[in-house]
Amino acid sequence: MRVTVDPDKCCGAGQCVLVAPEVFDQRDEDGIVVLLDAAPPADRHEAVREAAAICPAAAIEVDA
Amino acid sequence: MTSGDRGRPAPRIAVVGASAAGLAAVEGLRRAGWDGLLTLVGDEPHPPYDRPPLSKQVLSGSWEPDRTGLRSAEQLAGLDLDLRLGTRAAALDAAARRLTLDDAERTVLDCAGIVVATGVRPRTLPGTEGVAGVYVLRSLEDALALRERLAAPGRRLAVVGDGVLGAEAAAVATGLGHRVVLIGSGTAPMGRVLGAETGALLAAVHRAHGVELRAGRASGVVTGPDPAGGPDGRHVTGVRLADGGTVEADTVLVATGSVPAVDWLGPSGEAAAPGAEAAGAGARAADGVRLDLADGLGCDAHCAAAPGVYGAGDVARWYHPVLGRTLRVEHRMNATEQGLAAARNLLAELDAERFGAPRPFAPVPYFWSDQFGLKLQAYGVLEGADRIEVLCLEKDPLRLAALHGREGRATGVLGAGLPPRTVRGLRALVAGDAPADWDEALAAFRTAVQG
Repeated sequence: MRVTVDPDKCCGAGQCVLVAPEVFDQRDEDGIVVLLDAAPPADRHEAVREAAAICPAAAIEVDA
Repeated sequence: MTSGDRGRPAPRIAVVGASAAGLAAVEGLRRAGWDGLLTLVGDEPHPPYDRPPLSKQVLSGSWEPDRTGLRSAEQLAGLDLDLRLGTRAAALDAAARRLTLDDAERTVLDCAGIVVATGVRPRTLPGTEGVAGVYVLRSLEDALALRERLAAPGRRLAVVGDGVLGAEAAAVATGLGHRVVLIGSGTAPMGRVLGAETGALLAAVHRAHGVELRAGRASGVVTGPDPAGGPDGRHVTGVRLADGGTVEADTVLVATGSVPAVDWLGPSGEAAAPGAEAAGAGARAADGVRLDLADGLGCDAHCAAAPGVYGAGDVARWYHPVLGRTLRVEHRMNATEQGLAAARNLLAELDAERFGAPRPFAPVPYFWSDQFGLKLQAYGVLEGADRIEVLCLEKDPLRLAALHGREGRATGVLGAGLPPRTVRGLRALVAGDAPADWDEALAAFRTAVQG
Protein backbone atom coordinates (compact mmCIF):
# COMPACT_ATOMS: atom_id res chain seq x y z
CA MET A 1 0.00 0.00 0.00
CA ARG A 2 1.21 3.49 -0.92
CA VAL A 3 -0.33 6.47 0.85
CA THR A 4 -0.10 10.05 -0.36
CA VAL A 5 -1.52 13.21 1.19
CA ASP A 6 -2.25 16.63 -0.29
CA PRO A 7 -1.44 19.27 2.35
CA ASP A 8 -2.98 21.95 0.11
CA LYS A 9 -6.38 20.21 0.26
CA CYS A 10 -6.13 19.27 3.94
CA CYS A 11 -8.56 21.18 6.18
CA GLY A 12 -6.98 20.02 9.43
CA ALA A 13 -9.98 18.09 10.71
CA GLY A 14 -7.73 15.48 12.27
CA GLN A 15 -10.03 12.54 11.56
CA CYS A 16 -7.14 10.59 10.05
CA VAL A 17 -5.16 10.93 13.29
CA LEU A 18 -8.10 9.60 15.27
CA VAL A 19 -8.48 6.59 12.96
CA ALA A 20 -4.82 5.77 12.16
CA PRO A 21 -2.46 7.58 14.56
CA GLU A 22 0.51 5.43 13.51
CA VAL A 23 0.21 6.67 9.94
CA PHE A 24 -0.99 10.28 10.23
CA ASP A 25 -0.20 13.26 12.44
CA GLN A 26 -0.90 16.99 12.29
CA ARG A 27 1.47 19.95 12.24
CA ASP A 28 1.34 21.82 15.54
CA GLU A 29 1.10 25.27 14.01
CA ASP A 30 -1.85 24.80 11.66
CA GLY A 31 -3.15 21.25 12.01
CA ILE A 32 -2.23 20.28 8.46
CA VAL A 33 -1.66 16.57 7.88
CA VAL A 34 1.77 14.97 8.28
CA LEU A 35 2.28 11.54 6.74
CA LEU A 36 4.26 9.37 9.15
CA ASP A 37 4.29 6.18 7.12
CA ALA A 38 3.78 6.19 3.35
CA ALA A 39 3.92 2.38 3.19
CA PRO A 40 2.08 1.19 6.29
CA PRO A 41 2.07 -2.48 7.30
CA ALA A 42 -0.86 -4.70 6.43
CA ASP A 43 -2.48 -4.48 9.85
CA ARG A 44 -2.96 -0.72 9.32
CA HIS A 45 -4.46 -0.96 5.83
CA GLU A 46 -8.08 -1.07 6.90
CA ALA A 47 -7.64 1.94 9.18
CA VAL A 48 -5.87 3.88 6.43
CA ARG A 49 -8.65 3.11 3.94
CA GLU A 50 -11.15 4.30 6.54
CA ALA A 51 -9.14 7.50 7.05
CA ALA A 52 -9.07 8.14 3.29
CA ALA A 53 -12.79 7.44 3.00
CA ILE A 54 -13.86 9.82 5.76
CA CYS A 55 -11.36 12.65 5.17
CA PRO A 56 -13.68 15.64 4.70
CA ALA A 57 -11.23 17.30 2.32
CA ALA A 58 -10.47 14.20 0.22
CA ALA A 59 -6.80 14.89 0.92
CA ILE A 60 -5.68 11.25 1.35
CA GLU A 61 -5.05 8.91 -1.58
CA VAL A 62 -4.48 5.21 -1.17
CA ASP A 63 -2.90 3.15 -3.90
CA ALA A 64 -3.84 -0.58 -3.73
CA MET B 1 -26.73 -12.85 -2.97
CA THR B 2 -25.59 -14.56 -6.12
CA SER B 3 -27.04 -12.94 -9.19
CA GLY B 4 -28.64 -14.45 -12.21
CA ASP B 5 -30.26 -17.52 -10.58
CA ARG B 6 -32.58 -19.08 -13.13
CA GLY B 7 -32.24 -16.05 -15.36
CA ARG B 8 -33.48 -13.55 -12.80
CA PRO B 9 -31.91 -10.14 -13.22
CA ALA B 10 -29.15 -9.22 -10.79
CA PRO B 11 -30.41 -7.23 -7.79
CA ARG B 12 -29.85 -3.49 -7.95
CA ILE B 13 -29.13 -0.80 -5.41
CA ALA B 14 -29.71 2.76 -6.55
CA VAL B 15 -28.05 5.74 -4.90
CA VAL B 16 -29.77 9.01 -5.77
CA GLY B 17 -27.47 12.00 -5.49
CA ALA B 18 -23.90 11.98 -6.78
CA SER B 19 -22.19 14.32 -4.36
CA ALA B 20 -20.17 13.46 -1.25
CA ALA B 21 -22.86 11.38 0.49
CA GLY B 22 -23.84 9.46 -2.63
CA LEU B 23 -20.20 8.77 -3.48
CA ALA B 24 -19.53 7.50 0.05
CA ALA B 25 -22.59 5.25 -0.22
CA VAL B 26 -21.52 3.57 -3.47
CA GLU B 27 -17.96 3.19 -2.21
CA GLY B 28 -19.21 1.76 1.07
CA LEU B 29 -21.46 -0.68 -0.76
CA ARG B 30 -18.64 -1.95 -2.93
CA ARG B 31 -16.13 -2.09 -0.08
CA ALA B 32 -18.58 -4.19 1.94
CA GLY B 33 -18.89 -6.60 -0.97
CA TRP B 34 -22.08 -5.64 -2.83
CA ASP B 35 -21.64 -7.33 -6.20
CA GLY B 36 -25.08 -6.65 -7.65
CA LEU B 37 -25.93 -3.74 -9.93
CA LEU B 38 -25.14 -0.33 -8.50
CA THR B 39 -26.73 2.76 -10.00
CA LEU B 40 -25.59 6.27 -9.12
CA VAL B 41 -27.92 9.04 -10.24
CA GLY B 42 -26.86 12.70 -10.18
CA ASP B 43 -28.71 15.71 -11.54
CA GLU B 44 -25.51 17.67 -12.16
CA PRO B 45 -23.44 16.81 -15.24
CA HIS B 46 -20.21 16.44 -13.23
CA PRO B 47 -18.75 13.38 -11.57
CA PRO B 48 -18.75 13.76 -7.76
CA TYR B 49 -17.01 16.94 -6.63
CA ASP B 50 -16.33 18.65 -3.35
CA ARG B 51 -18.44 21.61 -2.24
CA PRO B 52 -16.54 23.22 0.67
CA PRO B 53 -13.84 24.61 -1.67
CA LEU B 54 -16.51 26.40 -3.74
CA SER B 55 -16.85 29.24 -1.23
CA LYS B 56 -13.11 29.17 -0.50
CA GLN B 57 -10.46 28.17 -3.04
CA VAL B 58 -12.70 28.14 -6.14
CA LEU B 59 -14.32 31.50 -5.44
CA SER B 60 -10.96 33.09 -4.65
CA GLY B 61 -9.51 31.71 -7.87
CA SER B 62 -6.71 29.76 -6.20
CA TRP B 63 -8.17 26.46 -7.46
CA GLU B 64 -9.42 25.58 -10.89
CA PRO B 65 -12.62 23.51 -10.92
CA ASP B 66 -10.91 20.20 -11.70
CA ARG B 67 -9.24 20.25 -8.28
CA THR B 68 -12.63 19.76 -6.65
CA GLY B 69 -13.11 16.33 -8.23
CA LEU B 70 -13.44 13.74 -5.48
CA ARG B 71 -12.30 10.72 -7.49
CA SER B 72 -10.36 10.12 -10.67
CA ALA B 73 -11.97 8.54 -13.72
CA GLU B 74 -10.08 5.32 -12.95
CA GLN B 75 -11.32 5.27 -9.37
CA LEU B 76 -14.91 5.73 -10.52
CA ALA B 77 -14.49 3.05 -13.19
CA GLY B 78 -13.24 0.69 -10.50
CA LEU B 79 -16.61 0.93 -8.74
CA ASP B 80 -18.37 -0.65 -11.74
CA LEU B 81 -21.25 1.81 -11.56
CA ASP B 82 -24.31 2.27 -13.68
CA LEU B 83 -23.54 6.00 -13.61
CA ARG B 84 -26.33 8.32 -14.71
CA LEU B 85 -25.16 11.92 -14.51
CA GLY B 86 -27.20 14.87 -15.69
CA THR B 87 -30.28 12.90 -14.69
CA ARG B 88 -32.88 13.75 -12.08
CA ALA B 89 -34.87 11.23 -10.13
CA ALA B 90 -38.54 11.87 -10.85
CA ALA B 91 -40.29 9.66 -8.31
CA LEU B 92 -39.87 6.88 -5.80
CA ASP B 93 -42.42 4.21 -5.05
CA ALA B 94 -41.05 3.36 -1.63
CA ALA B 95 -43.23 0.29 -1.11
CA ALA B 96 -42.19 -1.28 -4.40
CA ARG B 97 -38.64 0.16 -4.16
CA ARG B 98 -39.16 1.42 -7.70
CA LEU B 99 -37.30 4.48 -8.89
CA THR B 100 -38.40 6.53 -11.88
CA LEU B 101 -35.85 8.72 -13.62
CA ASP B 102 -36.58 11.97 -15.40
CA ASP B 103 -34.69 10.97 -18.54
CA ALA B 104 -36.00 10.82 -22.09
CA GLU B 105 -37.00 7.17 -21.71
CA ARG B 106 -38.62 7.75 -18.31
CA THR B 107 -36.49 4.85 -17.07
CA VAL B 108 -37.97 2.75 -14.27
CA LEU B 109 -35.55 0.86 -12.02
CA ASP B 110 -36.69 -1.91 -9.70
CA CYS B 111 -34.32 -1.96 -6.77
CA ALA B 112 -33.43 -4.12 -3.79
CA GLY B 113 -32.49 -0.95 -1.96
CA ILE B 114 -32.30 2.80 -2.42
CA VAL B 115 -30.12 5.44 -0.76
CA VAL B 116 -31.50 8.97 -0.97
CA ALA B 117 -28.68 11.53 -0.97
CA THR B 118 -30.18 14.38 -2.96
CA GLY B 119 -28.88 17.14 -0.71
CA VAL B 120 -30.37 20.59 -0.52
CA ARG B 121 -31.18 23.48 -2.82
CA PRO B 122 -30.35 27.07 -1.98
CA ARG B 123 -33.15 29.37 -0.93
CA THR B 124 -33.68 32.38 -3.13
CA LEU B 125 -35.07 35.85 -2.49
CA PRO B 126 -38.52 36.60 -3.83
CA GLY B 127 -38.56 38.58 -7.05
CA THR B 128 -34.99 37.84 -8.07
CA GLU B 129 -35.64 35.35 -10.85
CA GLY B 130 -34.09 36.55 -14.08
CA VAL B 131 -32.51 39.59 -12.40
CA ALA B 132 -28.90 39.99 -13.48
CA GLY B 133 -26.30 40.32 -10.75
CA VAL B 134 -28.04 38.02 -8.24
CA TYR B 135 -26.25 34.81 -7.33
CA VAL B 136 -26.53 31.74 -5.12
CA LEU B 137 -23.64 29.47 -4.17
CA ARG B 138 -24.27 25.75 -4.13
CA SER B 139 -23.01 24.20 -7.34
CA LEU B 140 -19.75 24.48 -9.24
CA GLU B 141 -21.55 26.56 -11.90
CA ASP B 142 -22.81 28.91 -9.18
CA ALA B 143 -19.28 29.39 -7.85
CA LEU B 144 -17.79 29.98 -11.30
CA ALA B 145 -20.50 32.47 -12.23
CA LEU B 146 -19.90 34.51 -9.08
CA ARG B 147 -16.15 34.22 -9.53
CA GLU B 148 -16.43 35.60 -13.06
CA ARG B 149 -18.56 38.46 -11.77
CA LEU B 150 -15.94 39.22 -9.12
CA ALA B 151 -13.14 39.13 -11.68
CA ALA B 152 -13.89 42.76 -12.46
CA PRO B 153 -12.50 45.05 -9.76
CA GLY B 154 -14.46 47.28 -7.41
CA ARG B 155 -17.77 45.45 -7.16
CA ARG B 156 -20.23 46.41 -4.47
CA LEU B 157 -21.30 43.04 -3.15
CA ALA B 158 -24.16 42.52 -0.74
CA VAL B 159 -24.19 39.09 0.86
CA VAL B 160 -27.64 38.25 2.17
CA GLY B 161 -27.35 35.79 5.03
CA ASP B 162 -24.49 35.70 7.54
CA GLY B 163 -24.26 31.97 8.14
CA VAL B 164 -21.10 30.05 7.39
CA LEU B 165 -21.51 30.24 3.60
CA GLY B 166 -22.24 33.97 3.54
CA ALA B 167 -19.43 34.73 5.97
CA GLU B 168 -16.89 32.74 3.94
CA ALA B 169 -17.95 34.32 0.66
CA ALA B 170 -17.81 37.79 2.23
CA ALA B 171 -14.27 37.07 3.41
CA VAL B 172 -13.13 35.87 -0.01
CA ALA B 173 -14.72 38.78 -1.88
CA THR B 174 -13.18 41.27 0.53
CA GLY B 175 -9.81 39.62 -0.04
CA LEU B 176 -10.33 40.12 -3.78
CA GLY B 177 -10.70 43.84 -3.15
CA HIS B 178 -14.46 44.31 -3.39
CA ARG B 179 -16.67 46.38 -1.08
CA VAL B 180 -18.76 43.91 0.85
CA VAL B 181 -21.81 44.35 3.04
CA LEU B 182 -22.81 41.25 4.99
CA ILE B 183 -26.50 41.34 5.86
CA GLY B 184 -27.73 39.09 8.65
CA SER B 185 -30.57 38.95 11.10
CA GLY B 186 -28.20 38.92 14.07
CA THR B 187 -25.34 41.13 15.11
CA ALA B 188 -22.45 38.85 14.16
CA PRO B 189 -21.47 36.46 11.38
CA MET B 190 -22.57 32.93 12.30
CA GLY B 191 -23.98 34.41 15.50
CA ARG B 192 -26.85 31.91 15.66
CA VAL B 193 -24.31 29.07 15.83
CA LEU B 194 -21.41 30.73 17.66
CA GLY B 195 -23.34 32.74 20.25
CA ALA B 196 -22.76 36.36 21.22
CA GLU B 197 -19.20 36.28 22.57
CA THR B 198 -17.49 34.24 19.85
CA GLY B 199 -19.70 35.92 17.27
CA ALA B 200 -18.45 39.33 18.40
CA LEU B 201 -14.86 38.18 17.97
CA LEU B 202 -15.59 37.00 14.44
CA ALA B 203 -17.45 40.24 13.73
CA ALA B 204 -14.37 42.19 14.79
CA VAL B 205 -12.25 40.16 12.37
CA HIS B 206 -14.64 40.88 9.51
CA ARG B 207 -14.79 44.60 10.33
CA ALA B 208 -11.02 44.82 10.64
CA HIS B 209 -10.77 43.52 7.07
CA GLY B 210 -13.32 46.02 5.81
CA VAL B 211 -16.56 44.05 5.74
CA GLU B 212 -19.57 46.16 6.65
CA LEU B 213 -21.93 44.18 8.89
CA ARG B 214 -25.55 45.15 8.57
CA ALA B 215 -28.32 43.80 10.77
CA GLY B 216 -31.54 43.42 8.90
CA ARG B 217 -33.81 41.03 7.09
CA ALA B 218 -33.75 41.19 3.31
CA SER B 219 -37.20 41.31 1.78
CA GLY B 220 -36.20 41.58 -1.87
CA VAL B 221 -34.01 43.45 -4.29
CA VAL B 222 -34.09 46.80 -6.02
CA THR B 223 -33.49 46.71 -9.77
CA GLY B 224 -32.67 49.05 -12.59
CA PRO B 225 -32.14 48.70 -16.32
CA ASP B 226 -29.46 46.16 -17.19
CA PRO B 227 -26.57 48.00 -18.87
CA ALA B 228 -25.60 44.72 -20.54
CA GLY B 229 -29.13 44.19 -21.80
CA GLY B 230 -29.66 40.82 -20.12
CA PRO B 231 -32.52 38.50 -21.00
CA ASP B 232 -35.02 40.19 -18.70
CA GLY B 233 -33.42 43.61 -19.00
CA ARG B 234 -33.19 44.13 -15.22
CA HIS B 235 -30.07 44.39 -13.12
CA VAL B 236 -29.86 44.43 -9.36
CA THR B 237 -29.02 47.80 -7.79
CA GLY B 238 -29.54 46.93 -4.17
CA VAL B 239 -31.11 44.83 -1.44
CA ARG B 240 -34.34 45.96 0.16
CA LEU B 241 -34.59 45.42 3.90
CA ALA B 242 -37.75 44.68 5.84
CA ASP B 243 -37.19 47.77 8.01
CA GLY B 244 -37.47 49.94 4.90
CA GLY B 245 -33.76 50.52 4.33
CA THR B 246 -31.80 49.66 1.22
CA VAL B 247 -28.27 48.36 0.79
CA GLU B 248 -26.83 49.51 -2.51
CA ALA B 249 -25.10 46.78 -4.48
CA ASP B 250 -24.29 45.83 -8.05
CA THR B 251 -23.83 42.20 -7.05
CA VAL B 252 -25.93 40.19 -4.59
CA LEU B 253 -25.18 36.77 -3.17
CA VAL B 254 -28.18 35.11 -1.56
CA ALA B 255 -26.91 32.80 1.19
CA THR B 256 -30.02 32.43 3.29
CA GLY B 257 -29.85 28.70 3.80
CA SER B 258 -31.31 25.87 1.85
CA VAL B 259 -34.23 23.53 1.41
CA PRO B 260 -33.88 19.73 1.43
CA ALA B 261 -34.38 18.28 -2.05
CA VAL B 262 -37.27 15.95 -1.23
CA ASP B 263 -39.91 17.25 -3.63
CA TRP B 264 -39.45 14.20 -5.88
CA LEU B 265 -40.22 11.91 -2.93
CA GLY B 266 -43.69 13.38 -2.48
CA PRO B 267 -46.89 11.49 -3.25
CA SER B 268 -46.89 12.37 -6.93
CA GLY B 269 -43.18 12.81 -7.44
CA GLU B 270 -42.11 15.89 -9.30
CA ALA B 271 -45.68 17.16 -9.54
CA ALA B 272 -45.29 18.22 -5.92
CA ALA B 273 -42.24 20.32 -6.70
CA PRO B 274 -43.70 23.82 -6.30
CA GLY B 275 -44.74 23.04 -2.74
CA ALA B 276 -41.51 21.30 -1.77
CA GLU B 277 -41.08 23.28 1.43
CA ALA B 278 -44.61 22.46 2.49
CA ALA B 279 -44.40 18.76 1.67
CA GLY B 280 -45.20 18.52 5.36
CA ALA B 281 -46.89 15.48 6.69
CA GLY B 282 -45.34 13.04 4.26
CA ALA B 283 -46.21 10.70 1.50
CA ARG B 284 -48.32 7.62 2.00
CA ALA B 285 -48.32 4.90 -0.61
CA ALA B 286 -51.30 2.60 -1.08
CA ASP B 287 -49.86 -0.14 1.09
CA GLY B 288 -48.91 2.09 3.96
CA VAL B 289 -45.21 2.81 3.41
CA ARG B 290 -44.92 6.36 4.59
CA LEU B 291 -41.99 8.70 4.07
CA ASP B 292 -41.63 11.48 6.62
CA LEU B 293 -40.80 14.60 4.62
CA ALA B 294 -41.39 17.22 7.32
CA ASP B 295 -37.78 18.48 7.22
CA GLY B 296 -35.74 16.49 4.75
CA LEU B 297 -36.19 12.73 4.72
CA GLY B 298 -36.97 11.41 8.18
CA CYS B 299 -34.90 8.35 9.10
CA ASP B 300 -34.44 6.14 12.14
CA ALA B 301 -31.19 5.61 14.05
CA HIS B 302 -30.04 3.25 11.28
CA CYS B 303 -30.65 5.94 8.62
CA ALA B 304 -33.64 3.95 7.33
CA ALA B 305 -36.64 5.93 6.06
CA ALA B 306 -38.65 2.83 5.11
CA PRO B 307 -37.79 -0.82 4.50
CA GLY B 308 -35.01 -0.81 1.90
CA VAL B 309 -34.94 3.00 1.69
CA TYR B 310 -32.16 4.92 3.44
CA GLY B 311 -31.15 8.57 3.67
CA ALA B 312 -27.70 10.17 3.87
CA GLY B 313 -26.14 13.62 3.87
CA ASP B 314 -27.72 17.07 3.95
CA VAL B 315 -31.15 15.71 3.03
CA ALA B 316 -31.40 13.17 5.86
CA ARG B 317 -32.93 13.93 9.25
CA TRP B 318 -32.25 10.97 11.47
CA TYR B 319 -32.59 9.97 15.10
CA HIS B 320 -29.21 10.37 16.81
CA PRO B 321 -29.27 7.77 19.59
CA VAL B 322 -26.68 9.44 21.85
CA LEU B 323 -28.11 12.94 21.54
CA GLY B 324 -31.59 11.45 21.89
CA ARG B 325 -33.18 13.60 19.21
CA THR B 326 -33.49 13.95 15.48
CA LEU B 327 -30.87 15.92 13.64
CA ARG B 328 -30.22 17.09 10.09
CA VAL B 329 -26.61 18.09 9.49
CA GLU B 330 -25.52 20.08 6.43
CA HIS B 331 -21.81 19.57 6.86
CA ARG B 332 -19.23 17.87 4.70
CA MET B 333 -18.03 15.28 7.21
CA ASN B 334 -21.54 14.07 7.90
CA ALA B 335 -22.17 13.48 4.21
CA THR B 336 -19.39 10.93 4.03
CA GLU B 337 -20.00 9.31 7.39
CA GLN B 338 -23.71 8.97 6.82
CA GLY B 339 -23.26 7.71 3.27
CA LEU B 340 -21.07 4.93 4.64
CA ALA B 341 -23.50 4.20 7.47
CA ALA B 342 -26.52 4.05 5.16
CA ALA B 343 -24.65 1.68 2.84
CA ARG B 344 -23.66 -0.61 5.71
CA ASN B 345 -27.12 -0.69 7.25
CA LEU B 346 -28.92 -1.20 3.95
CA LEU B 347 -26.75 -4.25 3.28
CA ALA B 348 -27.40 -5.51 6.81
CA GLU B 349 -31.12 -5.28 6.14
CA LEU B 350 -30.85 -7.09 2.81
CA ASP B 351 -28.65 -9.92 4.09
CA ALA B 352 -27.67 -9.83 7.76
CA GLU B 353 -26.00 -13.21 7.53
CA ARG B 354 -23.57 -11.95 4.94
CA PHE B 355 -23.18 -8.29 5.90
CA GLY B 356 -23.70 -8.32 9.66
CA ALA B 357 -26.10 -6.51 11.95
CA PRO B 358 -27.07 -2.86 11.41
CA ARG B 359 -25.40 -0.28 13.64
CA PRO B 360 -26.93 2.94 14.91
CA PHE B 361 -25.45 6.05 13.34
CA ALA B 362 -24.12 8.15 16.23
CA PRO B 363 -21.39 10.40 14.86
CA VAL B 364 -19.72 13.37 16.51
CA PRO B 365 -20.70 16.09 14.02
CA TYR B 366 -17.83 18.21 12.74
CA PHE B 367 -17.49 21.32 10.67
CA TRP B 368 -14.82 23.81 9.83
CA SER B 369 -14.78 27.24 8.29
CA ASP B 370 -11.99 29.41 6.91
CA GLN B 371 -12.39 33.18 7.09
CA PHE B 372 -9.54 35.71 6.70
CA GLY B 373 -6.94 33.12 7.61
CA LEU B 374 -8.87 32.14 10.73
CA LYS B 375 -9.89 28.50 10.89
CA LEU B 376 -12.89 27.61 13.01
CA GLN B 377 -13.39 23.98 13.95
CA ALA B 378 -16.35 22.56 15.82
CA TYR B 379 -17.38 19.16 17.14
CA GLY B 380 -20.81 18.22 18.37
CA VAL B 381 -23.76 20.60 18.27
CA LEU B 382 -23.24 24.33 18.83
CA GLU B 383 -26.77 25.52 17.96
CA GLY B 384 -29.42 25.92 20.61
CA ALA B 385 -26.98 26.40 23.49
CA ASP B 386 -28.29 27.91 26.73
CA ARG B 387 -24.78 28.33 28.13
CA ILE B 388 -21.42 28.98 26.44
CA GLU B 389 -18.01 29.19 28.08
CA VAL B 390 -15.30 30.95 26.04
CA LEU B 391 -11.60 30.83 26.89
CA CYS B 392 -8.82 32.62 25.04
CA LEU B 393 -5.27 31.34 24.92
CA GLU B 394 -2.63 33.81 26.08
CA LYS B 395 -5.30 36.55 25.99
CA ASP B 396 -5.27 36.31 22.19
CA PRO B 397 -8.88 36.70 21.02
CA LEU B 398 -8.10 34.77 17.86
CA ARG B 399 -6.90 31.73 19.76
CA LEU B 400 -10.02 30.61 21.50
CA ALA B 401 -12.03 27.64 22.63
CA ALA B 402 -15.72 27.52 23.45
CA LEU B 403 -17.84 24.91 25.20
CA HIS B 404 -21.53 24.93 24.34
CA GLY B 405 -24.17 23.34 26.55
CA ARG B 406 -27.87 22.92 26.90
CA GLU B 407 -30.05 21.78 29.79
CA GLY B 408 -27.12 20.74 31.96
CA ARG B 409 -25.27 18.85 29.23
CA ALA B 410 -22.24 19.76 27.15
CA THR B 411 -23.26 19.54 23.48
CA GLY B 412 -20.43 21.00 21.41
CA VAL B 413 -16.97 22.53 21.31
CA LEU B 414 -15.45 25.17 19.06
CA GLY B 415 -11.79 25.96 18.56
CA ALA B 416 -9.82 28.54 16.60
CA GLY B 417 -6.07 28.92 16.45
CA LEU B 418 -5.47 25.98 18.79
CA PRO B 419 -2.85 23.22 18.48
CA PRO B 420 -4.33 20.03 16.96
CA ARG B 421 -3.69 18.09 20.15
CA THR B 422 -5.84 20.56 22.06
CA VAL B 423 -8.57 20.34 19.43
CA ARG B 424 -8.63 16.55 19.74
CA GLY B 425 -8.84 16.93 23.50
CA LEU B 426 -11.85 19.20 23.06
CA ARG B 427 -13.51 16.72 20.75
CA ALA B 428 -13.20 14.03 23.40
CA LEU B 429 -15.41 16.14 25.69
CA VAL B 430 -18.42 15.62 23.43
CA ALA B 431 -17.54 12.24 21.91
CA GLY B 432 -18.75 9.96 24.69
CA ASP B 433 -21.41 7.25 24.56
CA ALA B 434 -23.73 9.49 26.54
CA PRO B 435 -24.25 13.26 26.74
CA ALA B 436 -21.63 14.82 29.01
CA ASP B 437 -22.59 16.51 32.27
CA TRP B 438 -21.97 20.25 31.94
CA ASP B 439 -20.00 20.75 35.17
CA GLU B 440 -17.72 17.80 34.54
CA ALA B 441 -17.19 18.80 30.92
CA LEU B 442 -16.50 22.40 31.95
CA ALA B 443 -13.75 21.34 34.35
CA ALA B 444 -12.19 19.10 31.70
CA PHE B 445 -12.58 21.89 29.14
CA ARG B 446 -10.57 24.33 31.28
CA THR B 447 -7.87 21.75 31.79
CA ALA B 448 -7.74 20.87 28.09
CA VAL B 449 -7.37 24.50 27.04
CA GLN B 450 -5.20 25.91 29.79
CA GLY B 451 -3.27 22.80 30.70
